[in-house]
Amino acid sequence: MHEVGIMQSVLEIALSQARSSGAVCIREIRMRVGRMTGVVPEALDHAFLVLRGETLAAEARLVVEFVPGAFWCMTCAAEFESDDLIGGCPTCKEPSFDMRRGRELDVVSLEVD
Amino acid sequence: MCVECGCGLPGRTRIDGKPADQVPSPLVEDGGSHEHDHAHPHRHDHEHPHSHSHDHDLAGPHAHDHSRGHGAASGSREIAVHESVFAANDRMAERNRGFFKALGLLTLNVVSSPGSGKTALLQKTIERLRPATRVGVIVGDLETDNDARRLRTTGAPVVQISTGTLCHLDAEMIARAVGQLDAKALDVLIIENVGNLVCPAEFDLGEDLRVALLSVTEGEDKPLKYPPMFRHAHVVVITKTDLAPHVEFDREAALANIRRVSPDARIFEVSAKTGEGMADWCSYLASCREPGARA
Repeated sequence: MHEVGIMQSVLEIALSQARSSGAVCIREIRMRVGRMTGVVPEALDHAFLVLRGETLAAEARLVVEFVPGAFWCMTCAAEFESDDLIGGCPTCKEPSFDMRRGRELDVVSLEVD
Repeated sequence: MCVECGCGLPGRTRIDGKPADQVPSPLVEDGGSHEHDHAHPHRHDHEHPHSHSHDHDLAGPHAHDHSRGHGAASGSREIAVHESVFAANDRMAERNRGFFKALGLLTLNVVSSPGSGKTALLQKTIERLRPATRVGVIVGDLETDNDARRLRTTGAPVVQISTGTLCHLDAEMIARAVGQLDAKALDVLIIENVGNLVCPAEFDLGEDLRVALLSVTEGEDKPLKYPPMFRHAHVVVITKTDLAPHVEFDREAALANIRRVSPDARIFEVSAKTGEGMADWCSYLASCREPGARA
């Protein structure tokens, strides 16, 4: 369910950018999606196929780079990757609340004609 | 539409019964919901001469054309976008925050599951704060103005946002609703969000304090089940403490769970019904209004 709303916002951003740069067709939409957003890749693809409809993006590819969750451990003064929001540092087991990556939901770039 | 759960159709939100996009606001330039169709002609990496904070990672849409040498109408070219799905809301939220700060307004965004006692807590809080502190309220629900009517009994001005099918408030709704209040004549603005422990977590409204409620009847593990909502909270208020013995509420477990998800949050335990804990909570709000209390 989340993915339809996300994709609607993504297409709004992409179409607005494409129009303002005079593009006639979007060939590719590149996104960066954090693992901590809970977005399901298949559902995102499906939402894209449904929503791109008769827009400038009707023929576009969706390319998604997934970003793993990353936290800063104050005790170890080191970053660790984890997709568990309340999981701790693998070295010292201390929980970390300093999330550095994993919440991305960005439109990175477009390829247009 | 909500990017969290996909609910909601645009154009259904009403503010005190009027379609939201027809409600004038000092914070929204045009009459309707505006699209950001324009490319900004400047890059956002310059120093701003003014001091309000805004996150440049989320700054406006700025297209850079990398067509470099391609033929005018043939061949593909890349457009760098770097815009977050949340960027439009975050921009509006920063505008709200600046507006509230300029007025010296302490703004609360109160979030919880449905039925955990937001309206009762706010009713009693406003009764204690008034008239020394001038309080205004924006309350969000899918339908009805029942909460607004309950809160108006306190004498405070109240604006009701009916979201239709939308499960959360967003920054533009607040920008429009605040135009219906005499914001200059207020000290504290309380926003009662839609009862929902998921989606409101992602929507900054421009508030100073996010206040999450956990009623004793909900179970001690709510913060672990819905971590984003509690994680983003500055304050967690445990409500309905008068019922704690009847539902065998494990206070220590609840406190530990809150601290595990949100170690920096201030925790209050209150019963709006008996008044237990209300004095502490209200004096905390008063202390937040003192100069220098907030960064």
